[in-house]
Amino acid sequence: MAEVEETLKRIQTHKGVIGTIVVNAEGIPIRTTLDNSATVQYAGLLHQLTMKARSTVRDIDPQNDLTFLRIRSKKHEIMAAPDKEYMLIVIQNPSEQPQD
Amino acid sequence: MSTKRAKTTASVGSKGKDPKESESSAGSVAVHGHPDDICPLTLTSATQELFGCRYDGDVTRDNPYKILRKEDILQDLRNRAAVSDFSPVKQLVLAYPEDELLLVYDRDFIYGSSFYLVLTVEGKDRHLMPIVAEVGEEALEREPSDVFAAQKTPEPRPWISLGSEQEIEEESVTDSRPRVKTPKCYEISRVRRAFGAPVFFSDRNAAETKDGFIECTPYQDKIFSLKQMERHCGVQAIPNCNSSSTQTPWTYPKNMCTQYEPREFSKEEKENCLQSEELKHFISLAVSRLEVAIQQNEIADVFFDDWKALSEDDGGYAGKADSHLKEYQSFTDLHFSQEKTISNISWHPTISGVIAVAMTERLSFEDRINASTKLLLNPSLILFWSFSDPINPQLLLECPDDVFSFEFCPSDPNIIVGSCMNGQVVLWDISAHVERLQGTRSSDTRDNETSVVRYCAVSSIEHGHKAPVTDIQWLPETFEVSRMGVPMENKSGMCVQIVTCAPDCCLMFWDIRAPRVAFQNMADQRKQKVEEKPLENPDGVPNTFKHLNLTWKPLFRVCPRLVNIPAIHSPNWGLNGSQTPNLFSDNLFFLPQDGELVYTDWKLEKDDSGRLFSVKPSHRFTIHDGLVNTVRRSPFFKDIVLTVGGWTFAIWKEGVMNGPIIHSSCSQRKCTVGYWSQSRPAVFYIGKEDGNLEVWDLLEKTHEPSQTQNITTAPITCIKPWIISSKQHLLAVSDHLGTLHILEIPWTLRSPCSNEKLSVNKYFEKEVDRLVYFDKRREMRTKEKKNMDAEELRKKMVRQRSQISKWILIIICLVGTYSVVKYIPGKLYFFLTYLD
Repeated sequence: MAEVEETLKRIQTHKGVIGTIVVNAEGIPIRTTLDNSATVQYAGLLHQLTMKARSTVRDIDPQNDLTFLRIRSKKHEIMAAPDKEYMLIVIQNPSEQPQD
Repeated sequence: MSTKRAKTTASVGSKGKDPKESESSAGSVAVHGHPDDICPLTLTSATQELFGCRYDGDVTRDNPYKILRKEDILQDLRNRAAVSDFSPVKQLVLAYPEDELLLVYDRDFIYGSSFYLVLTVEGKDRHLMPIVAEVGEEALEREPSDVFAAQKTPEPRPWISLGSEQEIEEESVTDSRPRVKTPKCYEISRVRRAFGAPVFFSDRNAAETKDGFIECTPYQDKIFSLKQMERHCGVQAIPNCNSSSTQTPWTYPKNMCTQYEPREFSKEEKENCLQSEELKHFISLAVSRLEVAIQQNEIADVFFDDWKALSEDDGGYAGKADSHLKEYQSFTDLHFSQEKTISNISWHPTISGVIAVAMTERLSFEDRINASTKLLLNPSLILFWSFSDPINPQLLLECPDDVFSFEFCPSDPNIIVGSCMNGQVVLWDISAHVERLQGTRSSDTRDNETSVVRYCAVSSIEHGHKAPVTDIQWLPETFEVSRMGVPMENKSGMCVQIVTCAPDCCLMFWDIRAPRVAFQNMADQRKQKVEEKPLENPDGVPNTFKHLNLTWKPLFRVCPRLVNIPAIHSPNWGLNGSQTPNLFSDNLFFLPQDGELVYTDWKLEKDDSGRLFSVKPSHRFTIHDGLVNTVRRSPFFKDIVLTVGGWTFAIWKEGVMNGPIIHSSCSQRKCTVGYWSQSRPAVFYIGKEDGNLEVWDLLEKTHEPSQTQNITTAPITCIKPWIISSKQHLLAVSDHLGTLHILEIPWTLRSPCSNEKLSVNKYFEKEVDRLVYFDKRREMRTKEKKNMDAEELRKKMVRQRSQISKWILIIICLVGTYSVVKYIPGKLYFFLTYLD
């Protein structure tokens, strides 16, 4: 338990990381650093998207499987590492452009 | 025939004979009862004995056949001639080709006699054949295999024509005559001379000779109009088609909604999950991937477009070198602007290239009084200049007195309001001359005389200000203020209210709409009517504001309660037109004359007795060491204000009450006016007493102007920038001599850098932090100082006491030699205790 906590804390302290969510296979959040409503929203939406992405990869090649999903948006980057039973979601703000 | 005869003549001679079985089914049954080729005979017993065919002897039922020799029959005939039984068949026997005839015993008298004679060979064969066939059939029953082998193939017989080949013969094509065979040729000959001779052709008219041509005229062929009586067509069977319809009942639409909430785990479940081994395993696997990705993002933003970011600062051809304000045009009027100065500039909000300038006298108060009679003859004017005509002003507005400030109405640019030196507020309506102003862009100046427009309404003197009105502003069109001073929403969408201020410590709100005729005396009404008739449009003044003329009263007034009642110079607030009444910033800055800045709330409040009064000012600042002449809000930041006065300028942030966030150092010359740039958040212009125009760029330098340019020799009185188009930004600068200079702002000063607003914002925040920090430090320092002072005092006290005690000791020693001790035992004790 302590290892898990420590690892998650380590991720959270990286530069630019906004939030970390651990989700189970059905999309129910287990552990999060964001507030409840945001967590639930991220968990539900990303779970669906990861399922879709995984099915896409496996349709093309059944021997293949999804290992990592990165979504880059204007404001930040969402990273999802899916697995058989769990999924780890991290939201990070990439390095900002230098100010004038 | 012979058979008929035979039938009749044949008698029954053989009665007792066994009747034969008729095997004669083999032969065809003749019409006459017996076939043609047999002849029934009756044979006497003598004949029977002769020929050996006696009943039940030679010829029996089973063997009815007897072969007779022809010679024997002939012999018998010769012997007995007519008596012979064979005499009727004599000819037939003679004609019989073969030697043996067949006699058949007809026991059953099938043919009418007991015997019959077969007359033909075929008959004979036929009769004999069935026996053989019968024998054969019997043999068949016994041994079928033998029969097959013994069966004969049918023999080909010649075809008997029955008439069926007639049609075929008709249709078939045959030669009607024999073909010409090669030995029999046709011979064609010609005279030998004619071989190879030249041929001459000539024309011949076909109509000359009869039958020279054969005409095939068209004719109507009846065959073509034959009706097709038969036609082939295909038929396809399909299953039965049925169409049917139903209608669903249209019930009324119902509102339906679902409410859901996401599934969540309870705390225990979460704990369980977190403890599980799988999670640990998973985390260890996933984190490695994640860390790579996160680190990637930390190092560099891969999607950042360096090329684009590089090209932001490239500008016009000149680049950074050309940051000079170029003189675009300059306006001076020889008639009207002599001895005068410009007090205010205003660009026409809608017509581009038109600018209005207020001319005032360059005299001090005393001089004014001395020269008042002359001044009355020279009316003050507002001049309208257009870029197309630098010599003659387009329009002149007549004012009752020198105008200090005037503004175009933002919603209707034909209405201009001005504030005069005598405390009056003036209204003009230039709708009649708008075409002239607009049309001046085209070079069509028929009438050279500049038209003069008289003011159409002026406020009442006793109700207006008691001092020269120094500043006037329109309230934005979404906004209006009621009589009680409560800000409300303006539904009409037009600017209807004006605010003025004057050094008589008053701020007045005016409304340009007709006052409600709630209760008005009959006398007043009559007076008004009477007045209206003769005053019908003198000098061609439009009747727009007739209702206000000379009776115009302010809606209400605000007199902020200032302790030592200094004069108000010119408040100015940046009213954002899109603000709702709730957000209206009801604080404004007053600039009393002694360089003080007052920040207060103008809303009227009710005190205990129910009377409205103004609130005490919340903050007062003395920053500028001279008369503050400008208060301007930044067009980019709602809470940043620039004040210019004396030898310095200051930038304030609303909400930060400690002081100005930026305060410039004292410059060599007095600053006369300031204005923010309209396109760059960090740039503002300061006009100086010596005619210099300073351009300050907060992002470049904050201790001195980034650029100074000399415009004129006289002090600058007013600066107003204006944006004509995205490529042309102009700056109007007026000086004390009455000349209006129009300068063009170069590209470097008009196009903002990337993120300029953000940078400037950050800078201001930094300054605010600095202020706060300094205040804190100051407080700390004062506290420290206080502490230190207290310490000092205490130390001093201690020292003093120690000094006194020193002296007392000496006295005691001196006294102690004499026996004064006795007299002052108490004192000695006292001193002794004190020394301890």
